[in-house]
Amino acid sequence: MGSNCLSTSKDIPTALTPYVKITGVKINYYHICHTKLWLFSHNIVLEREDENVNIGKLLHEDRYSKNKKDITIDNTISIDFVKKRNDIIELHDIKKTKKMEDAHLRQMLYYIYYLKQRGIDAQGVMNYPLLNQTKEIVLTEDDEKKIENDIEHIEEIVTGRMPHPKRLRICSKCAYFEFCFCGEVDDD
Amino acid sequence: MRTDYYILQDGTLKRKENTVYFVNKDEKRVLPINKIYSIYAYGRLSLSSGVVSYLAKNGIPIHFFNYYGFYEGSMYPRETLISGDLVIKQASHYLDTEKRMFLAGKFIEGACGNILKNLRYYSRSKDGLQDSLDEHINSIESEFTRLPNADSISSMMNVEGRIRNIYYSALDEIFPEDYRIITRTRRPPSNKMNTLISFGNSLMYTTVLSEIYNTQLNPTISYLHEPFERRFSLALDVSEIFKPIIIDRIILKLVNKNMLDDSCFMGEIGDMLLSEKGKKVFLQEYNAKLSTTIKHKGLKRNVSYKRLIRLELYKLSKHVLDDEAYKPLVMWW
Repeated sequence: MGSNCLSTSKDIPTALTPYVKITGVKINYYHICHTKLWLFSHNIVLEREDENVNIGKLLHEDRYSKNKKDITIDNTISIDFVKKRNDIIELHDIKKTKKMEDAHLRQMLYYIYYLKQRGIDAQGVMNYPLLNQTKEIVLTEDDEKKIENDIEHIEEIVTGRMPHPKRLRICSKCAYFEFCFCGEVDDD
Repeated sequence: MRTDYYILQDGTLKRKENTVYFVNKDEKRVLPINKIYSIYAYGRLSLSSGVVSYLAKNGIPIHFFNYYGFYEGSMYPRETLISGDLVIKQASHYLDTEKRMFLAGKFIEGACGNILKNLRYYSRSKDGLQDSLDEHINSIESEFTRLPNADSISSMMNVEGRIRNIYYSALDEIFPEDYRIITRTRRPPSNKMNTLISFGNSLMYTTVLSEIYNTQLNPTISYLHEPFERRFSLALDVSEIFKPIIIDRIILKLVNKNMLDDSCFMGEIGDMLLSEKGKKVFLQEYNAKLSTTIKHKGLKRNVSYKRLIRLELYKLSKHVLDDEAYKPLVMWW
């Protein structure tokens, strides 16, 4: 940072994306890492070789094969599967672990919020087949306010400059790990 | 882990159901699709359209080399990792002269740093050559100090060319008489050393190209070399950094350990070629070198030499995205 060459580029308008589509994954990444959110939103994806991503894909294809899967709405939210129980629409999401539980829950809450905006009432169910657990999720007014806040912040991040990566414990498991920390550290 | 496949013999590559076979009159070999990273074809290879589309679908490039071991072209699958933003930024660093010269200079800095690393190593370890090698090292260093004064890409190229000439004459001190470069000749290489350098450099170029394919960088936009110089000129830029680290070190090892004999070369005088045996010896060392690992200081993980190429491309991506100024890899080990 701080080289002459780079500082001139501040003149380039940073708003490369005038309108940001808020997908479920972006909500998820927003609650994990802003750098990841930015890279993903700019189509910089590196997950072709990532093993965890492939395990997730297999799990997704293997379980719950009775239900119709992958319901995509407006190319914006993608629900693993939907069930109707006692006239209540249930949105189901399948996850491998609870490690990123908060981010996953926010993603589900966003799905419920998104459908509510379009006049559909729904509830959420998180499925953890490897843990033999499920969790029901209901959207509160407080959640809605938080989501609206998040959306605004996501737009700011995505249209801004790439957030410089901050090293956290979870970084070593991330598909972007090498991208973020490829620079050598001078320790001598 | 996917690996590179080197095919030295003539034959046909076929797809039967979801398996890829290499077939010729002597053998039929299976290439597991999930194990292939890229294919290097040195023999006369026939491909069925089935196998071409299957490899393309799996994102596997094939690089073709002619009888002389020169690079001819690649089957470069349709790009799947595309980022419009990144390409625009990559191009903007080419169009802005100041930014382009910054990156061009960094590639020279990296190449020069690794060249000096090689020479310093031999200056320490070769008895009787120290004074002469140190002299060469000094002239490379003083040539390098002229880089910041260069006012155009072509004058930067001149600095780079002079550094490389001094480097080659330093290597001539190390090599036995039989393996002197004297002057660098390309098509055709005029002696054994030129043959080895040419063979290695085209390998390096294609390996870098395979790595670029796995990033969002566009391989046609380059900085030190002109984008019209070759189809994928970014691979030329990045190769500059890795040639001294990988190719030159392999050649030094092959020569110093007497791993090559006359049966490794063929052709009339002035038209030197590597024989199949020569290619095999070289490729074996190449593959071993690429999979050698070292501890990376930033990642605090072991990474292979091959992975270092990818990391270099990530560093370049981060530079054009204005996240972190590009610093070329100079061997720290």
